[in-house]
Amino acid sequence: MSELVAGLPILSIVTFLPAAGALLILLSRMSARGENVGYDNGVKLLTLLVTIATFVASLFAFAAFDPSNPAYQLQESIPWAFGASYAMGVDTLAMSLVMLTTFLTPLCILASWVIEKQVSSYMVLFLILETLMIGVFCAQDIILFYIFFEGGLIPMFILIGVWGGERRVYAAFKFFLYTLLGSLLMLVAIIFMIATAGTSNIPALTEYAQTTGFEQNVQIWLWLAFFASFAVKMPMWPVHTWLPDAHVEAPTAASVVLAAILLKMGGYGFLRFSLPMFPDASEYFRYFVFALSVIAIVWASLVAFRQLDMKKLIAYSSVAHMGFVTMGIFSGNEQGIQGAIFQMLSHGIISGALFLCVGVVYDRMHTREIAFYGGLVNRMPVYAAIFMLFTMGNVGLPGTSGFPGEILTMVGTFKVNAWVAAGAALGVIFSAAYALTLYRKVAFGVIENPKLDKITDLDAREWVTFIPLIVATLIMGLAPAYVLDFTQASTATIVQQFTGVAP
Amino acid sequence: MNPVIDLNNSLPLARPELLLVAFALIGAVLGAWFKDRAFGALSLLGVICIAGAGLLALAWSPGAAVEIFQGAMVVDGVGVFAKVLIGLAAAATLALGADYFTTTKEQRFEFPVLVALATLGMFVMVSAQDLISLYVGVELQSLAAYVLAAWRRDDARSSEAGLKYFVLSAISSGLLLFGSSFVYGFTGSIRFDAIAAAVGEGAGGIGLLFGLVLMLCALGFKMSAAPFHMWTPDVYEGAPTPITAFFAAAPKVAAVALMARLLYEPFAEMTPQWQQVVAALAAISMVWGSVAALVQTNLKRLMAYSSIGNMGFALMGLAAGGEQGASSALIYLALYLPATVGMFALILAMRRDGQPAETVADLAGLAQKRPWMASLFTMLLFSVAGIPPFAGFIGKLAVFTAAVAGHLYWLAILGGVAAVVAAAYYLRLIASMWFAAPAAQLQAPSGTIMVTALASAALTFPVLVLLLGALQGWAENAVRMSF
Repeated sequence: MSELVAGLPILSIVTFLPAAGALLILLSRMSARGENVGYDNGVKLLTLLVTIATFVASLFAFAAFDPSNPAYQLQESIPWAFGASYAMGVDTLAMSLVMLTTFLTPLCILASWVIEKQVSSYMVLFLILETLMIGVFCAQDIILFYIFFEGGLIPMFILIGVWGGERRVYAAFKFFLYTLLGSLLMLVAIIFMIATAGTSNIPALTEYAQTTGFEQNVQIWLWLAFFASFAVKMPMWPVHTWLPDAHVEAPTAASVVLAAILLKMGGYGFLRFSLPMFPDASEYFRYFVFALSVIAIVWASLVAFRQLDMKKLIAYSSVAHMGFVTMGIFSGNEQGIQGAIFQMLSHGIISGALFLCVGVVYDRMHTREIAFYGGLVNRMPVYAAIFMLFTMGNVGLPGTSGFPGEILTMVGTFKVNAWVAAGAALGVIFSAAYALTLYRKVAFGVIENPKLDKITDLDAREWVTFIPLIVATLIMGLAPAYVLDFTQASTATIVQQFTGVAP
Repeated sequence: MNPVIDLNNSLPLARPELLLVAFALIGAVLGAWFKDRAFGALSLLGVICIAGAGLLALAWSPGAAVEIFQGAMVVDGVGVFAKVLIGLAAAATLALGADYFTTTKEQRFEFPVLVALATLGMFVMVSAQDLISLYVGVELQSLAAYVLAAWRRDDARSSEAGLKYFVLSAISSGLLLFGSSFVYGFTGSIRFDAIAAAVGEGAGGIGLLFGLVLMLCALGFKMSAAPFHMWTPDVYEGAPTPITAFFAAAPKVAAVALMARLLYEPFAEMTPQWQQVVAALAAISMVWGSVAALVQTNLKRLMAYSSIGNMGFALMGLAAGGEQGASSALIYLALYLPATVGMFALILAMRRDGQPAETVADLAGLAQKRPWMASLFTMLLFSVAGIPPFAGFIGKLAVFTAAVAGHLYWLAILGGVAAVVAAAYYLRLIASMWFAAPAAQLQAPSGTIMVTALASAALTFPVLVLLLGALQGWAENAVRMSF
């Protein structure tokens, strides 16, 4: 298959295919005589087709990609202004996240079928969001990276604000301003790095950092500026407070994208910039990050336990799971980083699926209150089974994709400091407590709320949405080697760049 | 030392300015003859002449800097760059105004003539090469602007705006003259190159610095940089909206370009001294422009604070010093202008039941009623907020880069924080358009307005993003040729 894409700018195609779809919808809106149901359905179908086409295109890129090669591949470069260039390229880390994005977006569109208000605007924004998300992982120029990274705020802001829940305006503002503040500090640091190293190309910057290196006290400031951005994005305790608000208020599909992909940009940033470019500062701040991670794991799990809102509970569980990721990343060894990448991919699928599970009952009952539900297994056996699988994945049950990531990050951390790993292990227990409690309250027992008497099980569309997620969770859980072997090359490079010795 | 050309041979090089003079004089005579019936034709001719003057300045730009009128003015890269921006912005706002005043039946022929005179003043400002032509340019621009501000003479708010602008601006002109006299006194010349030479030899000392600071204060007033911004919200609010649009666009370019020339030509040797002053102006403007805008509900007052904040960012570029500093300020302005003109075009377009939209709440539900207008407005707002992928981000990137290169780290970080605060109020507008339930139906916008808004949005994104390399090259060459 690799011959098929030879000579094609395949990464640009994958990145900008959704944007082209958005343009198509805009053009069709100009000629359409007012928006009606038929037109809206056409737009939904078109969007679905575009996102599937994007997934197929990314499969071609995947096929042309050599996972054993740790270098950047499928590179493209066009010079631009300010010494920056439009440079694209992926290594195995970026490629796996691109695949995650293109895999989840069609499912999000399926989950958005229930949208009735301003459908064409919604779909246009979603497609633009996909372009920007893929671009973040493909960008090989730090300015280009920043443009994609920051640009993603715009569609998300409007998606939350227009199609969100009751406190959507508050949530949208909080999301935007929180992330923007972190990012602008990073921008100043980026400009400083470009001025110092004389290049904005990410591989060249890494090369500079590895050979000449930024001075130690400079590294510390740069690390902090990048940390400000990625920690908010991740989100790490104590700058996570935007996340529960944004998650709860966002429409289902936007919650999925937020949890599954946007949060991963933080982890991606740490792996791509913080560790390889500021190894001394990363070492210096290691225990600081460990402390924040363990607090996030334990504290967010406890908070999750007390939530009355299903989405808020899952949002806090995301904060806890991202704690494992940051902990694994800053353990700086092979197990830790492999585990962190695995956990990011797995969390993308599981938390996305859990938000979809909430979406299923929300679409029927229009409430996310846990106390409203109970005994769903009686009326919705299939739903209950699927919800069970993803709950177990969230807990980290062996056999689901949640397990390898957690265990690997803890093994990696154990090698650095046993106490940190022990603290994180507490979180695993807590996660079982809140996730199983949620499941018991929602699914088990008898139906006491008369409003649930008529609730129906999954329809065909929802089936189609869940099947790929189920398959992915089980494959990643039963045969994690596929993923781990794939990300191995990048991990080895990052470990070597961080520690200075080949693993 | 640039080649100096005597009076007779200077005229061909001053053709853009002469075109404006010719239009203003002929327009005044025709207007006196035909009265206000001439409004439509004169406005059209005015748009052509003003835009033409800007473009001809580019087409006829000499390969190297040339001083004309025995060294009173200069034709060089920065001047040409600024003239193109000024010409296009003034022409666009004139077109918007002509359209608007036709709707409101206020077709008075003085409007295009005054805009042309103000534009002429700005052309003189940006090519001033001595203190006299500097002052003449500033005054010509200001005098025309006073009259424009008080355009609705039987409207209390408009008259108040005109009077306030006049009185405060007169004080700043006084400061400018006072500062100039110090500069002249301590260097013995009014010519920029002679001043530069005197400064280089160590003339002046504290007296010269005193004069320079006074001049900077006066120019800060003209560009509405905080803390000399007090007039701006009131004048913006009181003046008719198309005239506000005019104030928000072209004169800012002229004032920044003039300040750049003053700082980088005669006082280049005093960079460490003026850097502190300009950095302080930039910092105060960025912070106050963002913070004070948070509580505004009136659209035009909000735009006033927005322009104060934006001038702060442009000044951050100037404060950085060096070639990069000047060119980043020019790039910033080039990207700020289309967004401003476009936003005002859309504000003008929003009329409900014959009444103009005045408050943020009047925008409610625009996305549902007029998705195209709302999308354009949103793009322009994100652009001035400096969010990528819109062009305004590149402007911010340019000035931040200059500030970091000039080791003004504190200013860059402060700018970052100010940009977040500013984003909050731009987002308020967007939230009103997208998130709020629609209010009354809007009237359909006119063709001129939609064309202007579309063109501005296109300049903001994506055309300019793609052509950015060219813009950057142009700005850098302009600066290299001039300073």
